[in-house]
Amino acid sequence: MTTAVLDQQTVPAHWTHRHLLDLERLSPAEIATLLDTATLFKEATGGCRRKLAVLAGKTIVTLFFENSTRTKTSFALAARRLGADVIDFSASSSSLSKGESFIDTAKNLEAMGVDAVVVRHQTPGTPHLLAQQLSVGVINAGDGPHEHPTQGLLDIFTIKERLGDLTGATVGLVGDIAHSRTARSNLWGLVKLGAKVILCGPPTLVSDRWRELGVEVSHDLDAIVPRCDVLNLLRIQFERQNTRPFPSVREYAHLYAMTHDRLKRAKKDLLILAPGPINRGVEVTAEVADCPQSLILGQVANGLAVRMAVLWLTCGPRTGAAARSF
Amino acid sequence: MGTLLIRGGRVVDPAQGIDRVDDLLVRDGQVVSVGHGGGQPLGRADETIDAGGLIVAPGLVDMHVHLREPGREEDETIETGTRAALAGGFTSVACIPNTEPPIDTQAAVEFIHQKATRADTCNVFVVACVSRGREGKELAEIGQLVEAGAVAFSDDGAPVYDAELMRRAFEYCRMFDKPILAHEEVLELSRGGVMHEGLVSLVLGLGGMPAAAEEVLIGRDVALAEVTGGRLHAMHVSTAGGVALIREAKRKGIRVTAEACPHHFTLTDESLRGFDSNFKMSPPLRTAADVEAIIEGLVDGTIDCIATDHAPHAREKKMLELDRAPFGILGLETALGLSVTRLVHTGRLGWPRLVEALSTLPARILGINRGTLRPGAVADVTLIDPALTWTVDVSEFRSKSVNSPFHGWTLQGRAVATIVGGRVKHRLA
Repeated sequence: MTTAVLDQQTVPAHWTHRHLLDLERLSPAEIATLLDTATLFKEATGGCRRKLAVLAGKTIVTLFFENSTRTKTSFALAARRLGADVIDFSASSSSLSKGESFIDTAKNLEAMGVDAVVVRHQTPGTPHLLAQQLSVGVINAGDGPHEHPTQGLLDIFTIKERLGDLTGATVGLVGDIAHSRTARSNLWGLVKLGAKVILCGPPTLVSDRWRELGVEVSHDLDAIVPRCDVLNLLRIQFERQNTRPFPSVREYAHLYAMTHDRLKRAKKDLLILAPGPINRGVEVTAEVADCPQSLILGQVANGLAVRMAVLWLTCGPRTGAAARSF
Repeated sequence: MGTLLIRGGRVVDPAQGIDRVDDLLVRDGQVVSVGHGGGQPLGRADETIDAGGLIVAPGLVDMHVHLREPGREEDETIETGTRAALAGGFTSVACIPNTEPPIDTQAAVEFIHQKATRADTCNVFVVACVSRGREGKELAEIGQLVEAGAVAFSDDGAPVYDAELMRRAFEYCRMFDKPILAHEEVLELSRGGVMHEGLVSLVLGLGGMPAAAEEVLIGRDVALAEVTGGRLHAMHVSTAGGVALIREAKRKGIRVTAEACPHHFTLTDESLRGFDSNFKMSPPLRTAADVEAIIEGLVDGTIDCIATDHAPHAREKKMLELDRAPFGILGLETALGLSVTRLVHTGRLGWPRLVEALSTLPARILGINRGTLRPGAVADVTLIDPALTWTVDVSEFRSKSVNSPFHGWTLQGRAVATIVGGRVKHRLA
């Protein structure tokens, strides 16, 4: 029933973006539209298992300049669930290794007639530069430590499924905030939806400057655990660090790993998210990762729903001459 | 060559304390006099320029220009860079030796002079390397470079990292009374950075270059200048802390001078929000508080002069991801317009102070016989229309590159004629 409706429906007129580059510049209403659409798709596909044809005839390319398994697979699967064709463009096997610039590569793909480019790149802003250069839609699948909007959306989607309204909920983002695009997308999305955000980690990974945005910064996990409704445990990105920001993994885990002991001091219904890939024993101990409060695997399933929503809103059929800008 | 009469302009020559509407007479490439010299009429000239409503200034001097030749002619050449200088109102430039190969031998200095003579555009003064090969390991042959005509020494592009080598350079240069132009940056602190470290870099997830990276090395070099009696010239000062350190050093009587770039008193790190590599330069764009401190420094003289750090990069090099694109911004063709718009029309600087910052003091720091309209001086003159409103269009630039973030900006104030050695080398069409 819902499926049939979606097949004929056009993208809501108030959604005007051709690209999804970051959550920072979306309004609360736009984020709500994304999440509502994800709910719609999750239901219409029987929990993301059945196929629709709302993007039949469209071609989506995944252009990943940085390794990824889960995000790329999730986008590809989401596109296929909507009936789109998917091309995977692997940066290492392309002419990029022959010195072609990323803009030329993307322009070539555009010339081949694709409808949207899902891009991951190690440099912040690269999706934004592509969006300026290309006439097709650009979806940011992670740009260095800047943003990872679909990951942020799926974390928030997962929290909303459990909590309903986010207004007034306290969400702790713990760990490598400095290098985490997931943290930034979560931060913007959560704040816009009325949640209270606490960033927690050592000062070398969590700058006090974040307070200038009105969020709370804490360097003491034990102090914030009892106050949190949700904890999102972010991976330590060893690969992005110049010099190690803490003396040892052992010391980091001692101060900031989510352990059974810390869990005992938390609210009974605390939700634990970890956008993974997680380092068990660093950000979270194995027993906590697998405990009932942990939503680590549920997050992966919701990723499909969110990415279907993003692909449809940016590439789906529109009525009339809806403004297309960003 | 004959005579050239520049009639009825506002002659501003801080070196002589002149700021009045008057005539300027030039004969055979030299200044004869400002005004009627004892009430006598100046008589007829071979050529007359009506300078009514214009500023008549000693030719502008940019003491920090990357001409890229030899080695990177795809970005700029001595000819294109000096044509850009003339179009921007500069009659003299000092070129920085981080070319390929670097300018660290007499032959290399002579190559620059020869190319400049052949280009027949503006004056080119050569800054030579502090260290051999710009490697920061041992001193270049500074005495011989001075004999070849080098006016100052710099390893710019990078700091002189070894503190002892810097100390020796100060000591050694003192015997020639030459300044060391210093790029002040602690590289470990700015490693991996593409922009100023602050709230904006935090939000954008871009690597930051903290203000402390500049301040720490200015502090070191001030201390070394003090202990050696050498002359430190801090290039492209960009931070409030850097300005404060230089102010304090000057108060103590240490031989320190400093320059600031137009982009550092015009733009902030907020500009990086669009991820446009034309806003990527080193030192990076800082905060609004730093911009204000730079302007304060120019007002009270802590910052002696304005220099562009003109750093051309071919278009394809800048069309890269932010972390792969090179640092650098064009400056020669926008510096005067930005300075007049941002500093004079806002009431922060008067014309005499601006001319001092763009001509008198850079000439004095480099020890070159320019920067004044004294009788007998080389007749390098820049005529500036302070009211002329114009729009920056990179497609009209004489420079070979277009990496200017000011494309499309409307500025007020522009050079309308640039005169080198009594010859009009550029006239605004």
